Amino acid sequence: MTAAVASTTRRNNPALGQAGRNAAELRAQERAEQWLLGGLALPALLLISIVALAPIVWLFWLSFRDADGMTLAHYVRLLHPSYLMTLASTFELSFLVTGICILLGYPLAYVIAQARPRIAAILLLLVLFPIWTSLLVRCYAWLVLLQRRGLINTWLSELGLIDGPLQLVHNFTGTTIGMVHIMLPFMVLPLYASMRAINPDYMRAAANLGASPVKAFWQIFVPLSLPGLAAGIVIVFVLCLGFYVTPALLGGGRVMMWSMQIERNVSYYGDWGAASALGVVLLVLTLGILWLLARAIGFDKLTGAR
Amino acid sequence: MTITTISLPISIRDVTKTYGRTAALDNVSLEIASGEFITLLGPSGSGKTTLLMVLAGFIRPDSGEIRFGDREVTLVAPHKRDIGMVFQNYALFPHMTVAGNLAYPLKLRGVARAEVEARVARALDMVQLAGLGERQVDQLSGGQRQRVALARAIIFEPRILLMDEPLSALDKKLREQMQIEVRHLHQRLGMTTVYVTHDQREALTLSDRIAVINHGRFRQIDKPQDLYERPNNRFIAEFIGESHFLPVEVKGGVAHLGERVMRLAEPPRHQAAAQFLVLRPEKLKVIDAADAAELNVFPGQVKEFVYQGESSLLYVSLTDGQPIAIRQPAGSAHRAPPPGAPITLGLAPADTIIVPSEED
Repeated sequence: MTAAVASTTRRNNPALGQAGRNAAELRAQERAEQWLLGGLALPALLLISIVALAPIVWLFWLSFRDADGMTLAHYVRLLHPSYLMTLASTFELSFLVTGICILLGYPLAYVIAQARPRIAAILLLLVLFPIWTSLLVRCYAWLVLLQRRGLINTWLSELGLIDGPLQLVHNFTGTTIGMVHIMLPFMVLPLYASMRAINPDYMRAAANLGASPVKAFWQIFVPLSLPGLAAGIVIVFVLCLGFYVTPALLGGGRVMMWSMQIERNVSYYGDWGAASALGVVLLVLTLGILWLLARAIGFDKLTGAR
Repeated sequence: MTITTISLPISIRDVTKTYGRTAALDNVSLEIASGEFITLLGPSGSGKTTLLMVLAGFIRPDSGEIRFGDREVTLVAPHKRDIGMVFQNYALFPHMTVAGNLAYPLKLRGVARAEVEARVARALDMVQLAGLGERQVDQLSGGQRQRVALARAIIFEPRILLMDEPLSALDKKLREQMQIEVRHLHQRLGMTTVYVTHDQREALTLSDRIAVINHGRFRQIDKPQDLYERPNNRFIAEFIGESHFLPVEVKGGVAHLGERVMRLAEPPRHQAAAQFLVLRPEKLKVIDAADAAELNVFPGQVKEFVYQGESSLLYVSLTDGQPIAIRQPAGSAHRAPPPGAPITLGLAPADTIIVPSEED
């Protein structure tokens, strides 16, 4: 288009005969530069395809094979009620943990976002601290706190609030408590980031236009913080779906997660095909949820790219 | 447009606000008449925005009183003040459409749906954005956002309108066009308006009165023309318009520049001995030494000629070395005098202004 315009002008106006001087070389140089820049990304692309893409392809391949060749048997087996129940409980736990993380994380992120810089820094550090501690250490810590003669049951009975010890661990309750603790930072951080990005003038404008603080919060602040909330939900929910360590330790065998079925197929039965099929199902479900959320609120908001 | 407003006077009495040890507002008082357009003009950090925030209710003063008409509002929460405000960055809600933004204050006031729609349409019409109601805010240009912000601030017919540097984000041409529109809007609606800016030309263009503020105190409150032609002190003369200053000595109502007595239209208003002669470049004239009978005369030497399109600036060094400048309408007739050429400048007594230094 530009080239066409340039050539017409040149033809019509002999004075511009030199307008194309060096154009070819300059264009060639620009193209070379683009290739060079693209080339710089090559090692990273290569690494990603080896360590991330290749295993997924391998996973797919395995899930359709058994000793006799190609088969759908692994997938057919997943229709068994025990697998469906595991799937249901995996989703139930993930929904519950995500929900509790929203209820706890939103007010916490709000307080941090509103606090003075120094206090906000301390609070953020406290939120981040658990992430820097080993996952196993944290799970065992909860085990100590929650067990029959653990700290919490001792206190509660000494205060006379309960007659016998509560069953807080080796069940769904304990798993939920442990997972909420581990997931909370992943909810708070994106929420905090999106709340900090809200210009305080919006809240002032709402007040000036006649909105009480409560109305301004629900009608202006909450909608503007939704991108952060969406990002937090996606991270927490997806992490929950594939979670293994905490349910295994704190569930005491009573909580069966999808990831534990995968582990069981590999280590008990050595059945890589079945384990792969489970992995593929989890992957597809996760992508499906992401796709639904992206359709509902927009991909750019989901990834926090805006 | 049929928005009719009843405006209210504003009374600011002895308002003080300190942050740490600095006084953002130092015991300021100002009476603003009903329907008046007043501009708070000052450099950044002068306290002008603080005062506007006090009026809006976002900042509580340490002491003092604010009244809208008969109603004392010093302790009234912002959302109960019922005043319009245009924010510097417009603060249009990004999760609402243009119409949604305009409807928001009406919905908060419980206006019926049909009425809301009618008023939104009228407001869009008034700011020449008819048909853009369903646009998202981020699809609008800067000038359009400015109009939406203005429309949102007046759609609920407030009696008082506050504007916080609303045009500062626009480019020069658009800004000047919007200044005229703001002026017309004020003439049509007649609400009491408090406008904050650091742009002196904007203040001169828009205002009934200008309150110049610095270091948390009013330095002069006057009509634009009085402010420009009769500044109270050196700070005002320096801040509004271009000026050069020559130190003069005032004795018995007579101003001496060195050995010479200045011809004045009226005696200096202040009695301090050390004062300044204000030389505005556009008030000076190039004269022949001969026809200087009625003028104050400043002989000097040409330093530099600067061509600026509609006018040109000539930098002149007076015989005692003081640098001054003179502005002349540019035209092909005007030749640049060569540097070093002798030149004589004249100033009419009516334009010869003597002011005290910044601190009265």
